[in-house]
Amino acid sequence: MSRERTYTVSTSPFLHAGESTPRIMYRVVFALLPFVISAVYFFGMGAFFVVLTATSGSVFAEYLFIASPTRGHSLRDGSALITGLLVGLTLPPGFPLWMSFLGGFVAIAMGKLIWGGLGQNIFNPALVGRAFLQAAFPTAITTWSAPGATTFSWQGTNLALPFFQGRAVEAYTGATPLARMKFEHLSTPIPDLMVGSISGSLGETSGALLLIVMGYLLVTKTINWRIPVSIFTATILFGGLFWVMAPDKYPDPIFMILSGGLLFGTVFMATDLVTSPITPKGLWIYGCGIGVLVVTIRFWGGLPEGVMYAILLMNACTPLINRFTKIKPYGYK
Amino acid sequence: MSIASNIATFRHGVHPEEYKGLTESKPIERMPFASELVLPLGQHIGAPARAIVVKGDRVQRGQMIGEPTGFVSVALHSPVDGTVLGIELSETITGAMVPAIRIQTDPYSPQLLRTELPPVPEALTTPEFIQSIQNAGIVGLGGAAFPAHVKFAIPEGKTCSYLVLNGCECEPFLTSDHRTMVEEADAILDGTMILNSFVKASKVYIGIEANKPDAIQILRDRISADKLPIEVISLQVKYPQGAEKMLITAIEKLEVPSGNLPIDLEFMVSNVSTIGAISHWFRKGMPLIERVVTISGSAINRPANVRIPIGTPMKDVVEFCGGINSRDLSSVRMLLGGPMMGMVQKTLNTPVVKGTSGMLFLEQEHVSSLDQYNCIKCGKCVEACPMFLNPSILGILAKKGLWADMEDHHVLDCFECGSCSFICPSGIPLVQSFRVAKGIIRERNSKK
Repeated sequence: MSRERTYTVSTSPFLHAGESTPRIMYRVVFALLPFVISAVYFFGMGAFFVVLTATSGSVFAEYLFIASPTRGHSLRDGSALITGLLVGLTLPPGFPLWMSFLGGFVAIAMGKLIWGGLGQNIFNPALVGRAFLQAAFPTAITTWSAPGATTFSWQGTNLALPFFQGRAVEAYTGATPLARMKFEHLSTPIPDLMVGSISGSLGETSGALLLIVMGYLLVTKTINWRIPVSIFTATILFGGLFWVMAPDKYPDPIFMILSGGLLFGTVFMATDLVTSPITPKGLWIYGCGIGVLVVTIRFWGGLPEGVMYAILLMNACTPLINRFTKIKPYGYK
Repeated sequence: MSIASNIATFRHGVHPEEYKGLTESKPIERMPFASELVLPLGQHIGAPARAIVVKGDRVQRGQMIGEPTGFVSVALHSPVDGTVLGIELSETITGAMVPAIRIQTDPYSPQLLRTELPPVPEALTTPEFIQSIQNAGIVGLGGAAFPAHVKFAIPEGKTCSYLVLNGCECEPFLTSDHRTMVEEADAILDGTMILNSFVKASKVYIGIEANKPDAIQILRDRISADKLPIEVISLQVKYPQGAEKMLITAIEKLEVPSGNLPIDLEFMVSNVSTIGAISHWFRKGMPLIERVVTISGSAINRPANVRIPIGTPMKDVVEFCGGINSRDLSSVRMLLGGPMMGMVQKTLNTPVVKGTSGMLFLEQEHVSSLDQYNCIKCGKCVEACPMFLNPSILGILAKKGLWADMEDHHVLDCFECGSCSFICPSGIPLVQSFRVAKGIIRERNSKK
């Protein structure tokens, strides 16, 4: 039986803008690579292995749990890679590698997959992983090695055996700028904060690099400009209010922005598409909420840093924010 | 975050690649009369016309062969001198079979238009004018094919203060309105003045996207030469600028309330080519028996703007344009209208009808075919939707079949421009699922 030759049938639209979800994800992966390099530069090869193990943990979890034929491409979309890199880059340089692997694994398993995979989770997966580590290993995650280690050396307790805390390889430890501020009322010079030769998590120390990468992600419209703008505005206004009233007691707004994980969290975590609101008005509320919470936790909380909890708390509010900031459709009052 | 500019537009929308360069500078060609024409009796929205000829009748070019069967219905005319071969079911672009008049063209006729002119518009009352337009078979040529006289008839108690001519042509590839404005500016302006002598709008605008500077210039020149009370407005190039509501918003910063028509805001919007057809009717006595169609796309050998007699088989049009350059038809998408809202065709078995604004032949690699991922809530669709709906939520609800919730989220206000599917990085068939949902919701509501 001969069949009539026919054109292919489908429905409009036939054109597409060209942006795809994997392309967005890999752009973020690309944007994260400079931080792996800077981490190695400041903290030595141990930093590389912390990031590598965390990423392996994430990718392994994704591979293990989503290997069904229909979802075969879930690894290829690149989102597990981002989560793993983010977990690794928010850890201290001397972090035991087995813990970092576990953190990456939990981030994907508990932070993303149990919700139903990509796009379904409420909380930023990387922060879920980090929050898990913070709860499970409170000492290891707050032990900071000072920068300046030789490139081919291990840091802190990198080589601890699984299920052990390990003993530090090197004894260099240094307080983070935020801890110095909170507990000793010592400020850190802005040039140091910009360059990144300070103690801190692997990816968060270099303010200048973070600002450059933020510019790249904004220009490529990978992240929504409303989030950084609202976080910075809220931090400067709210934190600045107290600084103006008592400059000797509270840090200045510039220090607030450049220190700790605020920039890193703003650029890579608060802007997570999945866990931030979808409406323009909602984005402002979300960003301002993060700013206010960061200031609140840093000034009056027990911890020197509060970016992780601030973002997680606002993640929790996101569905509610979406509901209360419904957009008015065209032609309605 | 659109680029701030002083040029008029609406908020949101997308900017697809235009692809107008293929045909925008090509003068309108005239398609030779095909040996046989197929004229469906229902080419417009509303009741089909009733055939007033029978098999074997001789018909003249411009002669009425189908009469309107109600107010929302228009007449049908023979585009050629020829013989009626019969009235039989024929395939339409939706795949449905409808009655159509088949006419064999007289190969030896000079194909002159019937010389009887309709009464001059100055001598007509408004109801007579409306009826005259109905008898001319004029429908909206932008694509919807809504009977023009229905739109021109202002309901009791309403007035029209703004007459807007739609020359946006925001769909990629299409250039038929563009070329008509450039080549038939006088007819468009004449038609505008005829229409406005009845509508009596105090403000008359022609809205044209800024990517047609030649059309804007020519119309402005003619308007100032004749001192006509018409203003040409250059609009930002953005899709869907040509949607009636978006055009009104761009020009007067007003929103048409949901469920209302433009006339409720004292607006009347009409496509430029439709207005040109009014002039052709009253000055030349030519009813709507031909229209300009853009034939374009990477798979057609000779993209062109062609004036085609209504009822010409699409096979003949493709032949006239040099044929398809791909040996494998299944690798080509053939669609009627533009690539954003057009309707795809499986075969070339249907004729050109009054609503055919374009015939596009797109190669497979030209057509978006994306892997589908979960919605990542990026919000690109939210910032694209010209109706300020939330396609992201609607898409999730559609997947679950929650039609009632979709109605609560105003899916019935969606006019299916396709901006959401165009922008979605996860390749989710958003507008496609909204079409389905709208159909289901309307059917349910009609049963209530």
